[in-house]
Amino acid sequence: MRYLPLTPADRTEMLARVGADSVDDLFVDVPEEARLSGPIEGLPMHASEMAVERHMTALAAKNLSAGSAPFFLGAGAYRHHVPASVDHLIQRGEFLTAYTPYQPEIAQGTLQVLFEFQTQVARLFGTDIANASMYDGSTACWEAILMAARVTRKGKAVLSGGLHPHYGEVVRTMARFTRDEIVSLGTELAAEPDDAAVIGAIDDATSCVVVQYPDVLGRIPDLAAIAEAAHARGALLVAVVTEPVALGLIEAPGALGADIVVGEGQSLGVGLQFGGPYLGLFGCREKFVRQMPGRLCGETVDAEGKRGFVLTLSTREQHIRREKATSNICTNSGLCALAFSIHLTLLGGEGLAQLAALNHARARAAFERLTRIPGVELLNSVYFNEATLILPRDAREVVQELAGRKVLGGVSLGRLFPVADGLGKGLLVAVTETTTDEDIETFATELESLLVGVPA
Amino acid sequence: MNAVNAAGWRPSMGGVGEAGGVPPTSSGDYGLMLEEPLSFELGAEGKCGVDFDAADRAPAAGLSKFLRKAPPALPGLTEPEAVRHYTRLSRQNYAIDLGPFPLGSCTMKHNPRLNESMARLPGFADVHPLQPQTSVEGALEVIEQLADWLITLTGMASVAMSPKAGAHGELCGLLCIRAALDARGEERDVVLVPESAHGTNPATAAFAGFKVQSIPATPEGRVDLEALKAKLGPNVAGVMITNPNTCGLFEPDLKRIADAVHAAGGYVYCDGANFNAIVGKVRPGDLGVDAMHINLHKTFSTPHGGGGPGAGPVVLSEALAPFAPLPFVTRGADGTIHLVEEENRGEGHAQAFGRMVAFHGQMGMFTRALTYILSHGADGLRQVAEDAVLNANYVLRTCEDVLPAPFAKSGPCMHEALFSDAGLADGISTLDIAKGLIDEGFHPMTVYFPLVVKGAMLVEPTETESKAGLDRFIASLRSLAERAKAGDQSLHSAPHFAPRRRLDETLAARKPVLVWKGDAGEPAAS
Repeated sequence: MRYLPLTPADRTEMLARVGADSVDDLFVDVPEEARLSGPIEGLPMHASEMAVERHMTALAAKNLSAGSAPFFLGAGAYRHHVPASVDHLIQRGEFLTAYTPYQPEIAQGTLQVLFEFQTQVARLFGTDIANASMYDGSTACWEAILMAARVTRKGKAVLSGGLHPHYGEVVRTMARFTRDEIVSLGTELAAEPDDAAVIGAIDDATSCVVVQYPDVLGRIPDLAAIAEAAHARGALLVAVVTEPVALGLIEAPGALGADIVVGEGQSLGVGLQFGGPYLGLFGCREKFVRQMPGRLCGETVDAEGKRGFVLTLSTREQHIRREKATSNICTNSGLCALAFSIHLTLLGGEGLAQLAALNHARARAAFERLTRIPGVELLNSVYFNEATLILPRDAREVVQELAGRKVLGGVSLGRLFPVADGLGKGLLVAVTETTTDEDIETFATELESLLVGVPA
Repeated sequence: MNAVNAAGWRPSMGGVGEAGGVPPTSSGDYGLMLEEPLSFELGAEGKCGVDFDAADRAPAAGLSKFLRKAPPALPGLTEPEAVRHYTRLSRQNYAIDLGPFPLGSCTMKHNPRLNESMARLPGFADVHPLQPQTSVEGALEVIEQLADWLITLTGMASVAMSPKAGAHGELCGLLCIRAALDARGEERDVVLVPESAHGTNPATAAFAGFKVQSIPATPEGRVDLEALKAKLGPNVAGVMITNPNTCGLFEPDLKRIADAVHAAGGYVYCDGANFNAIVGKVRPGDLGVDAMHINLHKTFSTPHGGGGPGAGPVVLSEALAPFAPLPFVTRGADGTIHLVEEENRGEGHAQAFGRMVAFHGQMGMFTRALTYILSHGADGLRQVAEDAVLNANYVLRTCEDVLPAPFAKSGPCMHEALFSDAGLADGISTLDIAKGLIDEGFHPMTVYFPLVVKGAMLVEPTETESKAGLDRFIASLRSLAERAKAGDQSLHSAPHFAPRRRLDETLAARKPVLVWKGDAGEPAAS
């Protein structure tokens, strides 16, 4: 077995050294009736690297990968070009095969990366500080609501109808058990986001309002107005960013008054990966630091006075505070944070701004073309790289039919909001720097042929 | 703001120069011991390591009121500079690829590189979670096949695949228990957790809305069955047991514990962090467990990546299976694979307690774990457990004469050997041994955990260490134990040969500096 270094002779010698006649003697504490006498049934026996590769490659070939078709899906996961150096660097064994940096003297590489990552996230979000990552955007969103309740000592969160429905579902699931009150505003096919409804739902019992920016339909809420209304009632604004590339073009939520900014970092460095692992981003005001969830890396000095980094404020965390911890999170998304950080370092602020401008320009080109199809309308004229089209018929069927023609043509609102009425004709379309003119033309031609019957 | 770093990055004298009596270098580097500034100190505003096509359309007029005034203040690096920055940083890390990483309860085993290349196949890495099902059948098959084998290996009824890490899996298991109690119309609000438990257990129980009560351990390092029974009652929702436990011992009473808990109307959650010791040797389902998370990043070798990502699927008993969260992947009677989400939950998942993540869980970890299982097979996995346990017992029996092993007389250990710092010279502690190991070229073991042992040192070698490698580690550990007993004060200042000496954690916590502000006060970039 290529991964097991002990030889039969080693095993014999070691068993003798520990005073056991056989390896079974080491399992004496396992009740005899529960011990398996041989290899477990139902699994194959060990296999060569070549055989395993064949099996996995065959499974992979059953999927239509984004890069092999005109591709327009977003809704919280975006396809961006990741520079080749990112994946090479994260595969360095010193990063890939290290543990959480509990021994800082021999983990300065990981720790310095986390410090740089925290700084990048804080600057991108316009917050004072940021943590060292969460699992993904949806779990970061729930943690933000819990944190807002700790900070304000109130327990009612208002969710905008523009929040990604899966994020809302995660929040409602968790709140059912913690008994926090969640007010979920409905999602409507309106050109403007539901800022007025959000502001109207804030009362003195509200701990926070949760607003996605840009929202799940691609609209852009007026965070400054919502922040002002929230602060007037002693509530916090939690802004949720599922497409961080947008912040190269539109103002940072923190600069608009958001108190906590969370997000999904997948767009930078991480890739689609069928939904995971992704990267939860979490930034907030410095005064809330002791209420934050998750790991924090801080600067300090070593015994010789050299600058160094350590995990810090761990009295908030489960391994010290146990049942009184701010969160139960332990393992986070360290390697995804590294990928995000490398990608953002390669871009720099100016590069991110260029990337964002390019995304928006590509999206404009796509929506100009797509809205020339008879019966297809654009819901929101203000968007970053994703917007909602209204089709003349149910978008779920259209998406299925497009897939049959090897076009991955967006996310239907029927898939995202299976129980909501009146959204069925909505199709969420995302466009990035990876989208070519040819992709747009193929998508438009196939869509037109499906909707109007023009032969493709 | 930033007293520590007022003058920006400045390399100071390295340990090698001092120790060798050689004058300090001008650069602050010493041969291959390379210092590295922060990216913020290296980069320049406007510099970029990515080339773009020009944007052929200006921002739409409606967007003008949302536009940011200036790009984010993030300096950039070109590719050669970035590659060098991260490569130099990487060299300040210890890693399994460099040597043993015997962190108890963390299972730092070799990460096969085949797993990495399989996870990067475009058919897995470049598919979107919301693609139509017909375009992702291979991805769903990966989830279903891994789920099926996890069920086989644990002898359970079902598995929830979406939790993103061990603690998230614990939460999933406890929420299944809450949902099952709700379905029975019972309000039970107490979860019993042994004193020796990992900190995530009580934190998770509290996160799920339970009150935590502690169960004491016996002098032999096991759960005290009688004490546990005494706490059972109509308010107890369940127990969280780690097996093998954090003292490195199998809980031989687990079945009796489970029977007692079930008789009292509760459920048994098993923390599966230590499943590596028993995979292929015993099935938790045969011991009365109702829910157990499996850290794919431990037993099934997906890389730890400096703190994550992990994956924490939760296997479930018949009693809890109906409550598993969505989305859920199942195989129908006709062999076809179905993705169950909110809209079609009626297909056997009407009682699902909700959703824990935006998408399907850690697909990238599923492909790696499936590759690992295929490579090892039923025979290889059994050998994994046997070699892991043999290696740990070898460490235990070759070191117990120089380091007290509090439970050595309880019989064989499982996959990790537990020592304490009792009997070292006055003033020398576990921390000093750990830092001494760094100088010896090893990553330290887990220290000061479990809390039930004074100055605990928990050594988990894993099955991927060779005997020769173990012998070198043991020689170093024995040497350090001898030095510690003899009162060698130089251990207090260890490590001497790491990229940094001991770091001032008190300072870090008292005046937290969590972001770089070295450019504060400078005019903003235009």
